[in-house]
Order: sequence, then structure tokens, then C-alpha cells
Amino acid sequence: MPPSPVFNEFVLKFANVNGSGSASANLLCAKALFRMGLPVAPKNIFPSNIQGMPTWYEIRVSEAGHLARRDGVDVMVAMNPQTYDEDVASLVPGGTLIYDDTWPRDFGRDDINVIGIPLAKMSAEKYADPRQRQLFKNVIYLGALARLISIDVQVIHDLIGEQFKGKPKLIEPNLAALALGWDYADTNVTNPPAVQARTADGNAGKIMIQGNEAAALGALYAGATVASWYPITPSTSLAEAFEKHALKFRRDPDGKLRAAIIQAEDELAAVGMAVGANWNGARSFTATSGPGISLMSEFIGLAYFAEIPLVIFDIQRGGPSTGMPTRTQQSDVLACAYASHGDTRHVLLFPADPGECFTLSADAFDLADRLQTPVFVMSDLDIGMNDWVVDALTWDDARQPDRGKVLDEEALEAVSDFGRYRDVDGDGIPYRTIPGVHAEKGAYFTRGTSHTDTGGYTEDGTVHAANLARIARKFKTVTAMVPKPVINTTGATSRIGVINYGSTDPAVREAIAKLAANGHMINHMRIRAFPFGDEVREFADRHDHLFVVEQNRDGQMRHLLIAEADIEAEKLVQVTNYDGMPLTAAFVEDAVTGVLEGGWQVTAAE
Amino acid sequence: MTHLAKPRFHHPNLPVNGVGLTRRDYEGVVSTLCAGCGHDSVTAAIIEACFELDIEAHKVAKVSGIGCSSKTTNYFLSRSHGFNSVHGRMPSVATGANLANGDLVYIGVSGDGDTASIGLGQFCHAIRRGLNMVYIVENNGTYGLTKGQFSATNDKHSKGRKGADNLFHPIDLCSLAIELGAGFVARGFSGDKDQLVPLIKAAIHYRGFAVIDVISPCVTFNNHAASTKSYDYVRDHNAAMGQLDLVAEADEIRAEYAAGSSIDVALHDGSSLKLHKLPASYDPTDHGVVLHELARIKDAGGVATGLLSIDPNEADLHDLIGTTSTSLNAIDEADLCPGADALDAINASHR
Repeated sequence: MPPSPVFNEFVLKFANVNGSGSASANLLCAKALFRMGLPVAPKNIFPSNIQGMPTWYEIRVSEAGHLARRDGVDVMVAMNPQTYDEDVASLVPGGTLIYDDTWPRDFGRDDINVIGIPLAKMSAEKYADPRQRQLFKNVIYLGALARLISIDVQVIHDLIGEQFKGKPKLIEPNLAALALGWDYADTNVTNPPAVQARTADGNAGKIMIQGNEAAALGALYAGATVASWYPITPSTSLAEAFEKHALKFRRDPDGKLRAAIIQAEDELAAVGMAVGANWNGARSFTATSGPGISLMSEFIGLAYFAEIPLVIFDIQRGGPSTGMPTRTQQSDVLACAYASHGDTRHVLLFPADPGECFTLSADAFDLADRLQTPVFVMSDLDIGMNDWVVDALTWDDARQPDRGKVLDEEALEAVSDFGRYRDVDGDGIPYRTIPGVHAEKGAYFTRGTSHTDTGGYTEDGTVHAANLARIARKFKTVTAMVPKPVINTTGATSRIGVINYGSTDPAVREAIAKLAANGHMINHMRIRAFPFGDEVREFADRHDHLFVVEQNRDGQMRHLLIAEADIEAEKLVQVTNYDGMPLTAAFVEDAVTGVLEGGWQVTAAE
Repeated sequence: MTHLAKPRFHHPNLPVNGVGLTRRDYEGVVSTLCAGCGHDSVTAAIIEACFELDIEAHKVAKVSGIGCSSKTTNYFLSRSHGFNSVHGRMPSVATGANLANGDLVYIGVSGDGDTASIGLGQFCHAIRRGLNMVYIVENNGTYGLTKGQFSATNDKHSKGRKGADNLFHPIDLCSLAIELGAGFVARGFSGDKDQLVPLIKAAIHYRGFAVIDVISPCVTFNNHAASTKSYDYVRDHNAAMGQLDLVAEADEIRAEYAAGSSIDVALHDGSSLKLHKLPASYDPTDHGVVLHELARIKDAGGVATGLLSIDPNEADLHDLIGTTSTSLNAIDEADLCPGADALDAINASHR
């Protein structure tokens, strides 16, 4: 242990070559820190590649609970000589570099602490098989690191035991490799890192989960039965998680499946299947990313106009075009809000973490059924594919799916004149029927062409306009149904606010806390849905200046706020980051401070 | 143009079938296609087949894409739900609908543009998956709604209405479907109702992907002397590969067939198909024989019609992915939600 260590506030980073088996050792490290009671935020920064390219795994540890990404690495485990230069440069002064000194080298920085461990040599001496040498090298560095920053080794032992429960023969070799690294560091290293871990109790009631798995669980709990999808990073793991859990939880007494999961031939077919299943009364979804949204757009317009429930998970990544498939962005907001040709408008939900991926996923199915329209769950790669520490998921067993206005056989008996697209209740939402429901009543023709209120084909312009106006009325109805924004008015009288949504939240909250510590009291609204409820406009009315923080180039949410919430453009200051990396608090803090110190007055809280 | 419903009243003594319905109960709204369009004959054949099979009209789902042919799902079975989807994408809608409820009869109507061009991918993949549906292609070799462009099924060097030459190889949907493993592949001619109605009936009884490529001439754009998709051309070059009878489980076989020229195929639902007057050495259960013979007839300028190929053992999509016997859209909600206790266990695995 160093003389005056900093406990439980640090950034640890692993630089690896992808395909070398490092991912499981790195996850083990994050999980061990989590089990020690430390809030952790691991970020997997990976290439669109199978083997041989640089990949990084970053773990921010913060007992104070700041779980945004933070620039400046305290401990770098540099296992990839290709990236030594940038990895060494990313260390903070006083930071520690751990590297494989089987091949010693000078890194040219005298303000960092360098620890060399002859990993390749140790591994080669211990293991004859080249693949084993490679794999166990990862466990050896984990053992050394555990010793150097004081990770509880018993916790790692437990985790290894659980990981290889099905393959007990692998437990002992992993423990041995771990001990090899631990012992080396214990015996040979005299200059441990300045940052240290120690057991805390920051994770009571918490779990560590990725957004895609949580969203899949939301779909499972909401009763989705048909999942149709096409592989695309970063959404693939959502469909795969749904399949995994469905195979476990959706068996009938004969072992047959109460779900259908289809890997489609492309995104057009994926969404077409989801449309067909929803039309036929089964809850169905597809999961995709930006390029998939582009391909699905024609069907999205059909579902909008023919009023078919549909849930689409958009796990956003860097665009445009193929863009950065393995980096994060929030750049499909406008594309999804108005996806497809003609007058279309869609419901968007914005989960900020995996916990909300679960709840908003389940809510999305209710909303889609109630409104008979596509609903988008706008996640992103950062939420979807990184492990986040969130409150354990909860489910109320009394909750029933809200299937909306569906007429069953009995209800149809009482109806004298069924009109599929008739606004009976004045809320714009018509009644629908499921194919096969009644021998004589309730059948209608679903079409994307203009239709009368019974579904008949029409080219009568007044009928077409009335139908479009009715569908617009649904979107007045929806504003009362969608999740409200989360508003934090710590600086109650402040006339300055920040607006954000989705995965930027940890960075924004950390930045607001830091700004407050510097005397800038700033209010905060996190948007959770589009169309906007009244609260969004009211929050804007209470403020003179609003920073709109988002992960895209052009301020897409800002556009929506101007166009759809009638907020004056001058009020909305665009703060955008679009380098594909999860947002840091420093970025937000710098952007806000720069503007504020440019002359704006901030009213302090009373 | 607004759609016209047909008058509801009808003659009190119209024949009634086994489920108490008349032919009129299987009709739809008035067709808006050109007078003499082959598609209207296909519509009539579908109505006749459903009537004769005693199908409960509301237990049918009609699906289609975009085009003249796709409009026809509105012209039959008005007691059934219909879905006129987007161009070339009917197979995916049918797949999703079928996954939600495998107990309905799915009748898809598509055209040669809708299937062989924009929808070729979805057509192929629906076949791969053994989707249990009847897929009827109303094939006229031309794009009607956009006024007469060639489609991908038009034969090479068949001429357009104004004499333009079609330069490109045609896509033969039947050979393609056989290659891809479609269990039931037939070709019909809209001008031969006696052949078409039994094909549709057999296709409805077949469990798996049943495609019927119906040559259905476009009287406006592709029915002239230099077209190979005209009434006259198909009549003159029709090579019928046997005659087909569907024999319901309870029925006795009435007709007598010459020995050695007929084949019986038992279907999943207990009924059977009887093929007779087959050409010598033609075996519709043998892909090798079928593809060879179809190529020979095509090269000679003929149009092979009838039940071309059948696999009596095809598994449908639900069999392949092991879905439960209750329709997914009818499972009790309590059986779909794993509940709070299961979630506790899931949480525990994430600590």
C-alpha cells in the first residue's frame, strides 16, 4: 500500500488486443469491485472486428456514486504495444502504468509510476499450450492488479467458482494463474499505485446489468411473444437475451416454447414480421440500430397509418451510414421521431440506464397497444452493451398488460356497426379486432392506402384529411400517457437549466453537482418521452437559458424542443458531443462554465 | 374511386355448404380491375375453393403486397381480416401473423413484380422457413398499375405491347421455389378454373409453404400476339402435368384411374391428394425428375401446369422452432410473465 492512498475514486483501464480472451478477466475485475460494495461504471471500448485490433475496458470506481465516464486514467494495464503511446498519454500525473516487461521499455514520462511484470515470460514458463499462455496471461495480470490496488482476492475466488460452476475442471487452473500474478506483485513490486480499493457498502440493493438484457427482460415481462430481428451491433444482444430468457421462462408443460424468435433475412423482414404479429394480436418487437431504422422506415409508416401496435428498440450507435458501429451516439432522434414518408410522428421513450430499459420496455408495449402505433425505445450502445450499476429490477405481480381497445367476440356481439378507424371515444384512438375473432362481425381490411372509418379504400380528400387529423389527435392523448420528465430544481430560483435525455445523465448530474460546488446553481430536466408533456414546456418557461446536452452533432432534441414544444430557439443552448465516446462530466461542466462566464447571470438558490 | 360493397340480399335458395355459408358469403367488394383481367378469375377460384372446402370464412387471413394482384384480396372473403401491406413484403407480414396464430388459413396473393422483383428475398426466405400458407402469384409478366413495364418473370424476347423486346432472362418462380425447398409447388392458368380450383383446395390443405404460380394474363398490357403471357399463348402451349383431386379424409375415391399413371399423397390433416393422368415417368415427389422435366418443357416453349412438386413430409415453421400448441396470441397473460420471484433470481445472478 502506498503512503497516502486515495481510496475508491479512480479510473482503471485495460488496453488489450481483441480476440485475446481479455474480456472475461476484465469483467471479473469490475464485478469484484462491485461485490466489494464499490459503485463501478465499466465501459467497453471495442472495435468492429473479431481479432487483432485494439480494444479497451475502462472501469470508473466512485464511492461518491459518479458513474459517468471520466477522462484521465489512474491505473493503466497496458497489454497492447500497438497502443502504448496513447495509453501512456492518457495517464494522469502520478498515475500507474502496468505493462508486460518481458520486453522492457522506457515510456518517456517521469511523472508516472511504471510497474513492469514479466507476464509473457511467466505464462510461457507455466503453460505449454499457446492458447493457454494467452488466456491465462489475462488472469495473471488480474491477480497482480488485485494485489496492487487491494481487490479482495476471496471475492475473485468466489466469482471464478461461479463462472466455472459448469466446468469445475477450469476452477483450479484459473485460481493458480491468479495466485501467480498476486504472488509476483506481492514479492516484487514496491511502488504500488496511489489509488486503492477498500470494501464499502455502496451497492446495497443494486445489480450490475447491461441495458439490452434489461430491455429484453422488460419485453419478456410485458408478455411479448414474437421477436423478429436482424443482427446489427449494438442491438444484437437484446434479441439474444430475449431468446435466452424465453428458452428458460417460456416453456409450456411439454417443453414447447411460448414465444417465437426469428432471425430475419434483413431489417425489412424483421419489422414486417413484428407488424404482422402485432396485427394478429401477439405482442411483438424488433431490435435494431440506425441503419436498421432506415431500412424499416416504409413499414413504420404503414404501422403508423394502419394503426398497428409495434415496439422498436433502437440501440443507437455512431452514424451516419455505417458510421462507428461500436461507438455510442444519440443521433437517431429525428429519424425516429418522424420515420417514414408522409405526415408521420412517433412515440419515443428515452431510458437513461438499464433500470429504465426494463421499465420503459414494459411500458412501451402498453403504450403501443393503447395507442395502436409504433413506439420506439431509444437506447444506445453505452446503455445497451455496458454493465451499469442500478437498483435491482422490480415487478409488481398485480400488473396486467394494458392491451388497449381490442374488441373480443363478446364485445363485438354488442356492436351494431363496427368501424375500425372510427373515433368513438373522442381521443382519436379507434377500436381494433384480431383476425378470426367473430364469424360475422369485426373483419376489416388493413391497408396503407387512404381509408374510410371502416377501412374501405377511398380517394376522397376530405375523408383522408379527417383521418389524418384524427391520428394527430392520438398524439394529444399520448402526452398524458407517456413517462414524465425527471426534474431536479435544487437551485429553485435559478433561471438556468440543463435539459438532457438517455445515457448522458450520469455526466450531466455529476457536472451539475460540480457547478453547484462552484456557485452555479442549475436546474435539471431529463426528458423521458416524445411527444413532450406539458411539464417540458413549463420547465422551459421557468428558465431564461437552457443547455440541451446530447450525443449528436446537430442538436436533434433541441430541434424537437423548438418545433414541438414551441420553446424559443434563443433560449436553448446546444451542447453536443459526437466523438462516439460516453459523455464525461468535464465536457458538460466546461461547456456550461464557458457560456456562464461569458456574461450570463446565474441566480443563486435562496 | 371509393370501394363498392356488393348488395347484401341474395336468392333465398342459394346452395349452402357444410358450415352454413353460400358462395356469396365468400365474396368481397366489387373488383376494380380491367374487364377480362385474369386476376378476377383467380379470385373466383379462391371463392369456389373456400366454399367447397367448407372453410369458416372468418378463420382465413388474407395477406398481400402492392399491385393489381395484391388488390384482389379485397375482392374475396369479406368476412376475413385482410392485410394489404407494402410492396414485396407480404411474406414477412404473413410470417409474423402466422407466428401469432397458426390456426388460421393464410392466403397470400402477390404478383410477378411483387414476388419476383421487389419481394424476391422475402419470397425465398418464407420458403426456407416452411411457412404454412398458400402463396398465389398472379403472374402476367407486366407491371399493370404503372402502365405496362416488363416484370422479371417475362420470358426473354417476349415483346411488350408496342413491340419492345425483353432482353433479360426470366425468373421461373416454380423452379426457384422447388430449389429452395417449397413443399407444394404448382402452376395454374387463370383461364382454366377446372385445374385451378383443385390446386387451391389442395394448397389450403397442405401444411407448409404452398406456392401456386398462376399465369393470369393482363388484358390491357400483355395479352397481345407477341407475348408469352397471353391467353392464347398459354392455351396453345399448356403442358398439364396430370390432374389433381383432393380427397377428404371421409371421402371415398370415386374416380378410376389407369394403373401406373397416378400417385397418392397423404397430407398431415388426414386428407390425401390423388394425381392422375401423369406423364410417363413424372414423379412430383422427386426434385431431380421435376426440375429436369420443367427445364425441358420450358426450353420447348411450353408452360408446365398442374401440381409440379410436392413434399409430403415438410415441417412447417412452428414445428421447426418448437412453438407451443396454443396460439401465441391466445396464451393466458399469467403464463407469459415470469413474475416477481423469478425476477429476484435474475437479480441475484447480476450481483
